Amino acid sequence: MEIPYSVKPHPVTGLANAKLGIWTFLASEVMLFGGFFSAYILLRTGDPDWPRGLANNGLDVKLATFNTVLLIASSVTVVMAWAALKMNDFAKCKKYLWATVALAAGFLVVKFFEYKAEIVGHGIYPSTHNFYGIYFTMTGLHGLHILGGIAVFVYFLTFGASMWKDEPERYSGRIECVGLYWHFVDIVWIFLFPALYLL
Amino acid sequence: MSQGHNDHHDPGWIRKYVFSVDHKVIGIQYSVTALLFLFFGFTLIMLMRFQLAYPAAAWDTNPPPGFLKALWGGFGNWIGRGLMPEGVMAPEFYNSLGVMHGTIMIFLGVVPLSVGGFGNYVMPLQIGAPDMAFPKINMMSYWVYFIGGVVMLASFFCPGGVANSGWTAYPPLSVVSQPAIEGFPFWFTGQTMWILGMVFLITSSLLGSINFIVTIIQMRAPGLSLFRMPVFVWAQLVTSFLLLLAFPPLEAAAVLQLMDRVAGTSFFLPSGLVVSGEAVAVSGGGNPLLWQHLFWFLAHPEVYVLILPGIGIVAEIIACNTRKPLWGFRTMVYSMMFLGFMSFIVWAHHMYMTGMGTTISAFFQMTTMIISVPSVIILTCLLLSLWGASIRFNTPMLFALSFLPMFAIGGLTGLPLGLATSDIYLHDTYYVIGHFHYVVAPGTIFAMFAGIYHWYPKATGRQLSELFGKMHFWGSFIAINLTFMPMFFAGMAGMLRRGYDPTYYEYIQSVQSMNVMSSWGAWLLGLAQIPFIINFFASIFAGKKVESDNPWQATTLEWATPTPPPHGNFVTEPRVYRDAYEYSNPERPDDDFWPQFVEPEKS
Repeated sequence: MEIPYSVKPHPVTGLANAKLGIWTFLASEVMLFGGFFSAYILLRTGDPDWPRGLANNGLDVKLATFNTVLLIASSVTVVMAWAALKMNDFAKCKKYLWATVALAAGFLVVKFFEYKAEIVGHGIYPSTHNFYGIYFTMTGLHGLHILGGIAVFVYFLTFGASMWKDEPERYSGRIECVGLYWHFVDIVWIFLFPALYLL
Repeated sequence: MSQGHNDHHDPGWIRKYVFSVDHKVIGIQYSVTALLFLFFGFTLIMLMRFQLAYPAAAWDTNPPPGFLKALWGGFGNWIGRGLMPEGVMAPEFYNSLGVMHGTIMIFLGVVPLSVGGFGNYVMPLQIGAPDMAFPKINMMSYWVYFIGGVVMLASFFCPGGVANSGWTAYPPLSVVSQPAIEGFPFWFTGQTMWILGMVFLITSSLLGSINFIVTIIQMRAPGLSLFRMPVFVWAQLVTSFLLLLAFPPLEAAAVLQLMDRVAGTSFFLPSGLVVSGEAVAVSGGGNPLLWQHLFWFLAHPEVYVLILPGIGIVAEIIACNTRKPLWGFRTMVYSMMFLGFMSFIVWAHHMYMTGMGTTISAFFQMTTMIISVPSVIILTCLLLSLWGASIRFNTPMLFALSFLPMFAIGGLTGLPLGLATSDIYLHDTYYVIGHFHYVVAPGTIFAMFAGIYHWYPKATGRQLSELFGKMHFWGSFIAINLTFMPMFFAGMAGMLRRGYDPTYYEYIQSVQSMNVMSSWGAWLLGLAQIPFIINFFASIFAGKKVESDNPWQATTLEWATPTPPPHGNFVTEPRVYRDAYEYSNPERPDDDFWPQFVEPEKS
C-alpha cells in the first residue's frame, strides 16, 4: 500500500499530508518564538535601563527598514513562483524562486554588515546588555531560519527540480509548503523589527 | 495487493534494520534504546541509594552489611579517586547522578519508549495505515534522539564532570557552575553538553509529534471515525499536541541558557550576583525566574506526556482482558482532551516557593485542582470497567491492574502539592519524590511493561513466558512499593530531595530507617528485572509460537495484520465496521469478541 494523501488532499481535512505537517510545524514555531518574545517582554519590563524608543540603542533603523522591504518582497515572489507552477509555467516559477533566494541572501548580507557595524564599530556584544543579548539571539535564530529557507529553495531549484517532471503535483505541493514556511519567517521579522528597532 | 510497498525488492540489511523507514523497525529501535537508557538511569539511582542509606560519615552507627560494603569498595576502586575519594561518593558526583537519573529516565527513557516506541509501532497498525505519514522524518526523529543520547552519555566524560545543577537546571547555579576549562573546547562542559543534548531531544520529539498528528488525522482506514479510534490512539494524539506545543518554549529557554553560558549574556543572571563572596562579572539585569517559567511551561505538560500513553496502553489491555467494552469510552476521550488543554495552564504550581504572590498562586492552585478532575474521571472509568467482568489474569493484565492503585496513590498525593499552603511545607522534600515516582514508575513504567507483554507476540510472533512474567510482576510490585512508600514518610519528616547525606541533619535521624528501606527496595527492584531481561531476549528464540494473528482475541486493528506485520502492514486494505471495544456483544452469542475489521454478516 502506498501512503495515502501524500499528494492529493484528504477529502475531509482538505489538506495533503505535507501541508498539514507544515502547519503543525509552524504551530510549534509560534511556540518557539513565543517563548523568546515572552522572555523579551519579561526582561524588558524588569529592567529600567532597557534602551527604549527609536534609534536609542545603536542599531541601524534604516538598514533594518530596507531589510524589511526585502523580506516582504521575497514573500511576494514566493507566491508568484507557486502561482506560476499552478499555471504550468516552470520557467517562470524558477525565475521567481531564484528572485526569492536573491532577496533572502540580500537580507543576510545586509544583516552581516549590520552585525559588523555593531560589533566592530560600536563594540556591542551579546554580553554588553540583555537588550543586545536578546537582539543577537533572536535575530541570529531568525537568520538561521532564513538560511534553512534558502537551502530548501536551492534544493528544489537544483537537485529536487526533477520532481517537477515526474510528479508535478507533488512538486507544487512542496513549493507551497516551503512558501508557507517562508511567510512565517517573514512574519517573525515583522514582529522582531518593531520590538528591537522601534519601541 | 499485487503492486506497491509489499513487493519492493530487498533494500539490504542496513536499510532494513538500521536506517529503516518502516515504522515498526523504528518503533523497535526506539523501544530497545529507551529500555537500555531506562536500565542505565536506574543503575545511577541504585548507586545514589547506597549513599542515602549508608552515608560513610555515619558508618560507625549505621554500617552497611559486609558484602555490600565490599561491593561498594570495589565500585569505588573501579570508578576512580576523582569521583569517589577514599571510597566515598563525592558530593558533586552524587549531584551529577541525580541530574542524569532524572534527565535520562524522562527524556531518554520513558518518553521515547511510550511515544517513540509504542506510538510508532502500534498506532499506525491500530488506525489501519501502511506506515507513518512521513517515513523519512520518522527515521530522522529516531536518529536525532540517538545523537541526543550520545551527547548526554559523552557529557559523562567532560572535564569538570557531567551536569550537576539539578535536572531542572535552575539558574543562576546552572549558568555559573562548570565554566569552560582551558585546553578544552568551550562547549565541552557538563552543563553545556546537557543543553546541547536537550536541543537534540526536543527536535526529535518535535519531528515525531508532527508525524503522529498528521498520521492520525489523515491516514485512518475507511470507517475508522474519530470516536471509533482506540483509547491508545487518542492518547497518542493528545500527547503529540503536548509535545508539539510545550517543547518549543523549553528549546527557547535552552538557547537562552546556552547564550548565558557561552556568549556571556545574563538572561537568567540578576544584577549584583555574588558567587563565593565575589561579584560575578556580567551585565546583569536578568531574571532567574524566567527560566523557571519557561522550564515548567514545558515540564508540566510533560507530566501528561509521561502518563497519557500509559493510560492508553492500560485501557487497551483492560478492555481486552475484561472481555467488556470500556466503561465511559467517550468520557475518557473528552477527559484526555481536557487534560491536555488544562496542562498548559498549571505550570506555576511548581513555583509556589518563589514568592510570586498570592493572586497568581490562587490562580494556579485553582487550575491545578480542576486538572485533577479529568484524571480522576479516567481512573474511575478504568476501575468501573472491571465491574462484573470475568477477568483474565495474565501478565499484561496484572501490570495494567496494578497501574490503577499505583497511579491513584501518585495522583492523590499530588493534591497537597497543588495547594500553596501545604506545598510550602512539602516543597523539595522526599514527599515530592515519592509522589511523582508513584505516577511515573509504578504508573507509567508498569503500563509500559504491560504493553510489552501485550504486544510482544504481535512484534515477534512469540509469547513471553507467563511464569517469568509473573515473577517479574510480583517482584517489581512489592519492591517498587518498598522503594517509594517510605519516601512519603521521610518527606513529611522534612528530608530534602537534593540532600547528600541525610544523617547529617539531626531532625531527620528518626526516619533514616525509611531511607534504608527505600534503598533495599530499589536494589530488590533491580533484581526483580532479571526475569524480565531473560524473558525479553530468550523469548525471541525460545518463546511459545503464537497460533493465530490475534492471540489475545482482541478487537482492534493491529491484530488484523500478519504476525509479525510485513512492510506495508496489511495484506488487504482494512475497513472498520464498528467501535473499538465490541467485546461480549449480545448480538454475537457465540463469540465474546467482535473485531473492528470483521465484515458484518449479510442478513
